[in-house]
Amino acid sequence: MKLLKLIPDNTNIDFMRWRNVALVISILLTVAGLVLVGVRGLNLGIDFVGGQVVQVNFAQPVNTEDLRARIAELRVGDATIQEFGDDRTYQIRLPKPDGPEAAAPAVVTKVRAFVPQAYPGAVVSAGESVSGKVSEELASDGAFAIALAMLGIAIFIWFRFEWQFGVGALATLFHDVCLIFGFFALFQKFQVDLNIVAAFLAVVGYSLNDTVVIYDRIRENLRKFRKMDVIPLINLSLNETLSRTIVTSMSIMLALTMLLVFGPDVITGLTLAILLGTFIGTYSSIYISAPILVWLGIEPDSFLRFEETDEESGGASTSVP
Amino acid sequence: MLNFPRWKVWLITLTIAFGVLLAIPSLIAPTQLSNSWPSWLPQYTVNYGLDLAGGSHLLMEADELDAANQRLASMEETVTTELRRNNPRIDIGDVSSSGGRLAFVVRDLRQVDAAVERLREVIQPVAVTGTRDWDVHVVDEAHIVLTPTPNGTQRTLREAMTEARDVVRRRIDPQGTKEITVINQGLSRILVQVPGEDDPEGLKNLIGKTARLEFKLVDEDADPNLVQEGRAPPGSQVLPMADGTGDIAVKRRVIVTGDQLIGAKQTFDQDGRPEVSISFNSTGAKRFGRVTQEYTGKRFAMILDDKVLSAPSINQPILGGQARIMGSFTVQSANDLAISLASGKLPVKLNFIEERTVSAELGQDSIRKGAIASVIATLGVMLFMILTYGRFGIYATTALILNALLILGIMAVFNATLTLPGIAGFVLTIGAAVDANVLINERIREEQRRGRKILDALETGYKEASTAIFDANITNVIAAGLMFYFGSGPIRGFAVVLMIGIVTSVFTAVNFTQMLVALWIQRKRPRTLHI
Repeated sequence: MKLLKLIPDNTNIDFMRWRNVALVISILLTVAGLVLVGVRGLNLGIDFVGGQVVQVNFAQPVNTEDLRARIAELRVGDATIQEFGDDRTYQIRLPKPDGPEAAAPAVVTKVRAFVPQAYPGAVVSAGESVSGKVSEELASDGAFAIALAMLGIAIFIWFRFEWQFGVGALATLFHDVCLIFGFFALFQKFQVDLNIVAAFLAVVGYSLNDTVVIYDRIRENLRKFRKMDVIPLINLSLNETLSRTIVTSMSIMLALTMLLVFGPDVITGLTLAILLGTFIGTYSSIYISAPILVWLGIEPDSFLRFEETDEESGGASTSVP
Repeated sequence: MLNFPRWKVWLITLTIAFGVLLAIPSLIAPTQLSNSWPSWLPQYTVNYGLDLAGGSHLLMEADELDAANQRLASMEETVTTELRRNNPRIDIGDVSSSGGRLAFVVRDLRQVDAAVERLREVIQPVAVTGTRDWDVHVVDEAHIVLTPTPNGTQRTLREAMTEARDVVRRRIDPQGTKEITVINQGLSRILVQVPGEDDPEGLKNLIGKTARLEFKLVDEDADPNLVQEGRAPPGSQVLPMADGTGDIAVKRRVIVTGDQLIGAKQTFDQDGRPEVSISFNSTGAKRFGRVTQEYTGKRFAMILDDKVLSAPSINQPILGGQARIMGSFTVQSANDLAISLASGKLPVKLNFIEERTVSAELGQDSIRKGAIASVIATLGVMLFMILTYGRFGIYATTALILNALLILGIMAVFNATLTLPGIAGFVLTIGAAVDANVLINERIREEQRRGRKILDALETGYKEASTAIFDANITNVIAAGLMFYFGSGPIRGFAVVLMIGIVTSVFTAVNFTQMLVALWIQRKRPRTLHI
């Protein structure tokens, strides 16, 4: 059987030649992501701004304008009505009511009672209500967790490698996160809810997967080829790991695409964010993580210190940690 | 590579066999489990989260203002009785409980010290810490001010929340047979999860009421015009009628409270209208009998959570300790009230701050779609691996399937909860689990290209890839750990799957495939490596 080779053996692509072009593109994309978030904002779900959502399965397709008008008569605030998955399932979203927090669940109660009455055969399949206080906590916890994960991973890499690698990892993560946020700002159709925080954390873990493997190879080669210049050395490391980078990313994206196509609608946003993160992470591991080491002045003897201790302990740390 | 010890083969095989054994019950439909799976084998199954099983999740928070006010009110009661009972009796006046503290004037200046001393005795310091729940101060010689200390407020709130949790549990599940979760969260919150319940309104009606029942006499002398303005004579208060038909003035003094109830049930009156029958304990019954005897012909108000349900006249003394609460009830609301009264009043008012409900049908649909997606994703990745690495791809896919089973088995044993995001985590793990094999296989390819012999290439491949595998997985562990720590409900489910998946995938992808490769080499002694 002839084996599939996505990447031919012994590639010798001069990745680093375009590093400045890539840098400009990356910075532009990052800034664009931030600007998009600043200008258009994100379609924040009730998890982060409070409010109510009722998901209804209707017996037949309904006219959204008609539904909106009938809900307006309940005087529960401006309803946002969105098709969800198919043309019989709708999410009715209501803002959190003014006044005391305790009033919030009463709104869902009204809508829950009204819909099956007005549309025979309609079934309320899910309902959520989040108060302002809880949504603030969820938002700050989420932001804190993402920031802490980025920092924690950068510190881990600093310990395992050198400070330049830690900074490189952090910059890579920042780039990836900004781009995904930008995507969600651009496509307001996708709501940013609690699931997206989970997706971000997964991306923070997995987009760095490639980076860490490449760093590992750069470290190895720095020890092996003391006389080689940094740029060709990074190029060599990138080429050596290229096949693995592509195969693993393809495998992850393949699995996630299946989930996106066949999986439940509720986690579409989550899956899409991780898929996007894997894609961006593959690019950034080559074009941000690696070149940044050149700019931060990584030297062939950066690991000399480690090398000496390695020899003392019989080279143990180059094998299984 | 050649000397893969026999004991290691056994250890790996047994570990995997055990893990798979644990996973199987989760794959069998629950209804089939008892007749198709031997009872002497492990019976652990994966726990479905509310988003998959369907059900209601309610988060309630204590109304701290209400709690503080209640505490002030009960302190006011204690202070007045204690000082009145003191020998000699201490007269006080100008009692006010505004601004979160209790203040009053001692009429006789010479008694101020005695009053303070008496109060300090009543407010015993907490034994262990020696801190008091209230600070007692004398202001302007005759004013005594009682301020609640943060410690005391916290302690009372904690006690109240523990009691509230039990009350909530009794209300939802009077028989104690349902699989519900009622737990305290933090100092002032209670989390309620009821699987299978997709109408949260019924639940909220049951647990949302404080159910503080009081009987007070109607103040017949109050001027109806003043009552309409919300003003009541001294010693009385104005309360709204529960059915919204206006206001009524009642005496402040409580005749009997719901605390003296021993039972409540929904019944019907002569005209077939729903009502609630209650029975008092002996103290309550005596008291109720005495008061109804004393005030026969007068009206008394039945008050629930500061709203007057009804105010009937006392036709004759009620001596047996049995009474009926009338009001404009439906059968459902009378039934809810009976359950609430029987389970005792909530020591503090609770507000609903978060509510999530998923119907069982939607949950079923999610499980079905999630399972289909997982299977297709697994098949896709398997095909991809076999096409890319041939024999080594088959090893990798075997590891992949075992990995999936091990994740299930471990989740079942630890009674971990599988949520919808957890399914996403599962699929992500399927895609990412092959990474270790990809790293190893690519390394073997590389070493072979460099001209190493088969055994040497395999040996170096496994050895050199280990560092990268370790480092790459730690970053995921950090992210998943934080996700678990900060996440709530479904997100935690995602983190759990990721964390378990990282550990099992390293085990199956490194140790297990290494074993397969070693056994193959030992048996076949291949001359070429097709990878």
